Amino acid sequence: MYVAVKGGERAIENAHRLLAHERRGDRDVAEVTLPQITEQLGLAVDRVMSEGSLYDRELAALAIKQARGDMIEAIFLVRAFRATLPRLGATEPVDTGNMRLRRRISSTFKDIPGGQILGPTFDYTHRLLDPDLAEGFVPQQPATSQAASAPTPRVTDILGRDGLIEPSPRADADKPVGDLTREPLSFPADRDLRLQNLARADEGFLLAMGYSTQRGYGRNHPFAGEIRFGEVEVEFFAEDVGFAVPLGSLELTECQMVNQFKGSATEAPCFTRGYGLAFGQSERKTMSMALVDRSLRARELGEEVLAPAQDEEFVMSHSDNVQATGFVEHLKLPHYVDFQSELGLLRKLRKDFAEADDNPHRMREAAE
Amino acid sequence: MNAPVYNFAYLDEQTKRMIRRAILKAIAIPGYQVPFASREMPMPYGWGTGGVQVTASILGPDDVLKVIDQGSDDTTNAISIRKFFGKTAGVATTASTTEATVIQTRHRIPEAPLHAGQVLVYQVPIPEPLRFLEPRETETRRMHALGEYGLMHVKLYEDIARFGHIATSYAYPVKVNARYVMDPSPTPKFDNPKMDNCAALQLFGAGREKRIYAIPPYTEVVSLDFEDHPFTRYRFDAPCALCGAEDAYLDEIVTDDAGSRMFVCSDTDYCEARQAAGHRGRESAAPHKERAYD
Repeated sequence: MYVAVKGGERAIENAHRLLAHERRGDRDVAEVTLPQITEQLGLAVDRVMSEGSLYDRELAALAIKQARGDMIEAIFLVRAFRATLPRLGATEPVDTGNMRLRRRISSTFKDIPGGQILGPTFDYTHRLLDPDLAEGFVPQQPATSQAASAPTPRVTDILGRDGLIEPSPRADADKPVGDLTREPLSFPADRDLRLQNLARADEGFLLAMGYSTQRGYGRNHPFAGEIRFGEVEVEFFAEDVGFAVPLGSLELTECQMVNQFKGSATEAPCFTRGYGLAFGQSERKTMSMALVDRSLRARELGEEVLAPAQDEEFVMSHSDNVQATGFVEHLKLPHYVDFQSELGLLRKLRKDFAEADDNPHRMREAAE
Repeated sequence: MNAPVYNFAYLDEQTKRMIRRAILKAIAIPGYQVPFASREMPMPYGWGTGGVQVTASILGPDDVLKVIDQGSDDTTNAISIRKFFGKTAGVATTASTTEATVIQTRHRIPEAPLHAGQVLVYQVPIPEPLRFLEPRETETRRMHALGEYGLMHVKLYEDIARFGHIATSYAYPVKVNARYVMDPSPTPKFDNPKMDNCAALQLFGAGREKRIYAIPPYTEVVSLDFEDHPFTRYRFDAPCALCGAEDAYLDEIVTDDAGSRMFVCSDTDYCEARQAAGHRGRESAAPHKERAYD
């Protein structure tokens, strides 16, 4: 009905009132609390923080609650809040080599210094619905042992010592870190901006893009060199005191993919890197990100750019789910002015067509 | 919890300054798309975030704001944006085209002529007029730099070859100040001539695509065409059923399921002002107006 579009002030108010009612659901059922979300839906919180680009578990939980569990809507809420926050500066680079590990695996070596640590993982669980979990389930206390004191160097650093993998590119310490939320993106984009874009990118989009490289669209022979998840310290260089002061700690997941590289006329064959990093425990995201990061390095490594996942303009322009959902869903907005023009045009074209049927030479004349 | 606090007109002053710099550059190079660091706004991309950021950056406490969508002040998204600025900036709002100092619009240019000192802010979905001919930004920027618009003329020519006339009815490309080809946003081509030599400043904001462009007052804006196939406006050939206007763009309203329809002004302010001045069409009231109830 036309009412839906014109004169909708009261309609909007009532719709939002109804939304709030639906969000609450059956009022006889206890309301979900923010601690319940941060504690029991922790991976959802991790995803909202990563793609929302804001490390705040409580706000992420609020966003999830407000969005009724719609993850992209929750990410959007966090992003819109983040956009209004002032920038004080950039922290020192976090040292993931010194991460307090909760999980660390490598698929390239059977044993690594510091050992493989499975940690909390869905891997090797049988995906059978568990009715015991429905209510009142009290899990066992986790097994504990003495923490190992051995260092846990990154697997890529071990390979790097023999020159078997390209060195990790060194950032210019004097050059400010790129930030695509403060400077509009232009192409070709440097790797810092590409990684920022991928870190904010939609997990599903990255998964599909990464998957496509495995299926032959821009194949780059990956191995999961290492995936680690744990806590790192964040430090900020304070000008006033002249040294870096700790700000707190973050939970991060890091994935380093090791990929084949045939070498070129000037460079010996060696392994190349693909890198993924995200807030919280986000393995699917970081693995996909590492695959896509590596495939986007095609230009830099002199590889032929043929597949979508190698095309930075394609990947970076379509990876952001807040942008994508906004534009797709804007089709819900009225377009009747344009549509009216198209109707007019279509009616004219159909009239011309009918007339041309009567006089087959007319269209050709117009073209000449 | 860190309870959020927001600035006048939502955006922080640093962001507004950044956007105003982009606007100044856009005014200095009419029709050129200036990249800017578009922010996430509290409404979705594609729903007017570019226009909202431009409006937020230029709005002062004394401004009078009008927001229209499809020519109308009371379409849902226009209401939503007007309420947003009413709430975050507390500025006066109006439905009157002449009283407004800033008019944010989606898909239309008001029928009443704009006057000096006014700013018309367009919401733009795809700022690049060459996008559907060339998907790559790196390519299209190069084409603009070189003034290489042959591809666009070929497209228009192909329309003529196939259909006998140019088959673009909205977002019809224009050339600004004899230099840049520009997308007027998805306004019907009926509105194109209003952009030419306009007394008001015209600003275009594309939030998702992170571009701002402008037409300064009294700038030449020419709709692309050929000498033997000149640009023509399209308008359904009927007077407005409510106010009898012969020169306004019309909405087609389907009134039943038996093919009946009526044509009324898309610009509701224009139509209502004409009705108030005693002009009448053949119908007395708009169908399906929101029912008043308590």
